[in-house]
Amino acid sequence: MKNRNNTISIEEVKHLAKLANLTLTDKQLEKIPKELSSVINYMSKIKTLNTSHIVETSQVTCLENVFREDEIEEERMFTQEEVLSNAKDTHNGYFKVKAIFDE
Amino acid sequence: MLLDKTIEELSTGLKQKLFSIEELVQECYENIQKYNPKLNAFITIINKKEALRNAREKDKNISRATSKLYGIPFLLKDAYITKGIKTTAASFVLKNYIPQYNATVYQKLLDAGAILLGKMNMDAWGHGGSSENTDFGPVRNPWDLTRVAGGSSGGPAAAISSRMAVFAIGEDTGGSIRNPAAWCNITGLKVTYGRVSRYGTIAYASSFDTVGPMAKSVGDCAQVLEVIAGKDMYDATSSSKNVPRYSELIDSPVENLILGIPKEFFQEGLNTEIKNCILNSTKIFEKSKIKIKHISMPMFDYGLPVYYLIGPSETSSNLARYDGIRYGQKRKEFTSETVRRIMIGTYALSSGYYDAYYKKAQKARTLFIKEYDKALSECDVLLMPVTPTPPTKIGELMTDPLQNLLADVYTVSQNPVGVPSLAIPCGFTKNGLPIGMQLVGSMFSEDLLLRVGHIYQKATDWHKKYPKLEG
Amino acid sequence: MKDKEFEPIIGLEIHVELKTKSKMFCGCSADYFSHKPNTHCCPVCLGLPGALPVPNKKAVEWCIKLGLALNCKIPLFSKFDRKNYFYPDLPKGYQISQYDRPFCVNGWLDIKSQIPNSKRIRIRRVHMEEDTGKLIHANINGKKCTLIDFNRSGIPLVEIVTEPDIRSSEDAKIFLKQLYQIIRYLDISDADMEKGSMRLEPNISVRVKSQKFLRLPFSQIQDKRSGQAKIKSNNELLDNNDLPNYKVEVKNINSFNFVKKAIDFEINRQLEILVNGGVPKQETRGWDDKKNITYPQRSKEEAHDYRYFPEPDIPPVRWTTNQILNIKDQIPELPYKKIDRFIRNFQISQYDAMILTDDIKTANYFEECVILINRFGKKSEISPKIIANNIINKKVNINKNTPAEIMNIIEKKAEKFHVDDKELEQIINKLIKQYPKAVKEYKTGKTGVLMFLIGQVMKTLKGKGDALVIRKFLEKALQ
Repeated sequence: MKNRNNTISIEEVKHLAKLANLTLTDKQLEKIPKELSSVINYMSKIKTLNTSHIVETSQVTCLENVFREDEIEEERMFTQEEVLSNAKDTHNGYFKVKAIFDE
Repeated sequence: MLLDKTIEELSTGLKQKLFSIEELVQECYENIQKYNPKLNAFITIINKKEALRNAREKDKNISRATSKLYGIPFLLKDAYITKGIKTTAASFVLKNYIPQYNATVYQKLLDAGAILLGKMNMDAWGHGGSSENTDFGPVRNPWDLTRVAGGSSGGPAAAISSRMAVFAIGEDTGGSIRNPAAWCNITGLKVTYGRVSRYGTIAYASSFDTVGPMAKSVGDCAQVLEVIAGKDMYDATSSSKNVPRYSELIDSPVENLILGIPKEFFQEGLNTEIKNCILNSTKIFEKSKIKIKHISMPMFDYGLPVYYLIGPSETSSNLARYDGIRYGQKRKEFTSETVRRIMIGTYALSSGYYDAYYKKAQKARTLFIKEYDKALSECDVLLMPVTPTPPTKIGELMTDPLQNLLADVYTVSQNPVGVPSLAIPCGFTKNGLPIGMQLVGSMFSEDLLLRVGHIYQKATDWHKKYPKLEG
Repeated sequence: MKDKEFEPIIGLEIHVELKTKSKMFCGCSADYFSHKPNTHCCPVCLGLPGALPVPNKKAVEWCIKLGLALNCKIPLFSKFDRKNYFYPDLPKGYQISQYDRPFCVNGWLDIKSQIPNSKRIRIRRVHMEEDTGKLIHANINGKKCTLIDFNRSGIPLVEIVTEPDIRSSEDAKIFLKQLYQIIRYLDISDADMEKGSMRLEPNISVRVKSQKFLRLPFSQIQDKRSGQAKIKSNNELLDNNDLPNYKVEVKNINSFNFVKKAIDFEINRQLEILVNGGVPKQETRGWDDKKNITYPQRSKEEAHDYRYFPEPDIPPVRWTTNQILNIKDQIPELPYKKIDRFIRNFQISQYDAMILTDDIKTANYFEECVILINRFGKKSEISPKIIANNIINKKVNINKNTPAEIMNIIEKKAEKFHVDDKELEQIINKLIKQYPKAVKEYKTGKTGVLMFLIGQVMKTLKGKGDALVIRKFLEKALQ
């Protein structure tokens, strides 16, 4: 298991692309499985490291309990115009996107 | 040339009216106009007339200036959010994005009276070590235009090296300040995680990202750090630790400090010229009565896997907001390098692989922290190379994703740990390409790193050399 | 259908928007309802590049408060996580939520379904997260499109998840009503379902008691949110071993009655499938409150893998026992305790106590009145029961008058109806002589005649007097 090379299939790449909200071109679909496999294989070196009884670190600040008080901060609130200023498509103060079929 | 002066000298000269802010800004624009077409360091150049008007306005109030950065022209990597000024992260995804707010670091510099001249080219989203992964064309190395400037903060490094402004703000996630600083012969500081606010910094890997100065000298970096460091109520991970007067502390004594040389960082894979050059520099430190100690840091081999599993995991999440609805273009605009990193991160976090990759890397990260703790309890400062090779030819690193990664091999392990690192010029190859080295210290030891770096720069003049770009 | 062979297994997920002044991770006003779209936004809740979250202390404390009120354990270490998925109402492409270290775990709530017996519903977790923006489906110039308003984005949201301990739609409704009441007591949310500040999601499956094919271990069901191993309490492992291997979630219902109806509809729908030898599909369904049916929702995407990981932008949270005790101290007496105390101390009925404690304002008002009884002198006729009656029958307006004013009103009414004992005795003696036949009937056991006599007394008193008092005097006189 340790030495077995991971190969990532086109199907897996498609699944990952879907999770990542990426639309891959045919060319990318051809290249990426190989590239990912080679990178992941290189990274798999990490599996040889003994990490039993080691707690994971997800940040290094050593900080805890950083909160803000429940206060309204008007200065940072945008006008509707500012909110929408970079949007491609708006309507009556709303962002507008293609219809989402949810119901 | 005014731009050869240090911030200290410029600030004093401006106050004494030996020269004006307008002249200084004018000189920057002359160099920008002359050299930027060759280097492609800028994505956005601030309108010259506007900058000069700003300079004249500030000249009028120079007597009331309180900050040493008052009237000092600077540059921002295009990863910093600037209200009303296009901000792209070097990606077409944000090619027309005009931000509605200011990054904290930018706001602090504005408040100090510094003058922004441009937004700089980089690897898109910080994804790269050569500033070739950009939708705005690669940045060229001012010492050899056929070579890369390094990355991801290549634009700022090339521009400071060629004297287009006094200092720049870079961003370092796995070497992005230090690598281009080394390849362009400038000084760059990767700060302790949490030392400088990240608010308004376009995130690459949130738990690695740091905001730091890039300048001609250690002294200038100290001046800038003093202004930008400190607690920010908008960044929960910023530290409330007191900000020392770095610029005043850099002349403090260094006698009897212990400089550690971890052997794993000087083994196979490191270019011989670079190796000899860095090891040679220890003579300078010894002259200042710094002791040299040879140590071992065997986790070295795991640096890239840790960095390259956690970084992409976080980036896959950080880049999820770019959906083209509220701002920006569609996600199909991501470059293939960025797509690759998003895919790797998605893979490492996904069901079935989370424990084997993401979680395993976070455990290895703990081991790295322990190893650095140990090394830095035996030594005060660690000496390491920045890059394994001199600047590569343009296109060279883009063909193989793995080769691309290896360029960061010496700089990736400090970010998962959080420790600060100062990259300084220490010589040239026989072909005239710059070589850099890095000094690494324990958390919040920037003052110490700056002191040691400053001693070195007082004894050498590598950092004063700049490329000949005329003709 | 044979009820004995089938048993519904019901769990609930409830989302509650907290009524803090500002949003969860930024200082934008959280008072967004019915404001112009996209006017309560900043870099953080709009998911702009470079923006960072800083958690609202009050929101977190309120989440803990609710957890404590639901008898949860509060782990001393906790953290936020990112839940990654794409949807246009989710500006960052991830929701800041909590995965394996929620603020509150392993609680319970006793529901009073058959008074005085109660049933314990276990609470799996109570955690903190942020709300999304609001989508509006519109038709503009003949073209279907979706509009987005981010005012709601980043409103603090608490999610309460029960264990699948509920066995009937009625119990689900009772649980929700009690939860609602507790939230209102804590004063942490309007819990207004019309406005969407309390959103209800039952999950339903039906267990076939006699058949084995459904008895796959629950642990084999992949948690559809994470795709990762499901976190379990010990209880769950013990208890859920023979739960059905599917469940149907009904999303975003906005009334207790609709929850009840949706559950009933689902039970019948699933039973029909089971009876015909099938297994209902694990899916998410919507509720149509016009047709009173659930319907399959087009799944947002086929691939569900939320890729949770610790939120790197927010340092973790570590409580001291004292901090938790301080929060606990702020919790008012909760309805179920209040009911018991009212019955015990004030000799009122369970029914009255439940009505009085329905909301904390009425309960407090009632108690303030009771305290005033002593001030109304030695032989006041006013009992807690009388006050209760006045409040319950809305004979007094608690929104208009202070407790003291109310007491005066009740006192005056009582005086008006008050009859002197001696006067009453005289009248009764007179009547006994007037109606010997009735007295005789009473003494032979025809006690129904008592009502006639009471009526006669009241007639003589012209409406004054208390029927109970008259009855007492009559009975005494007739012995």
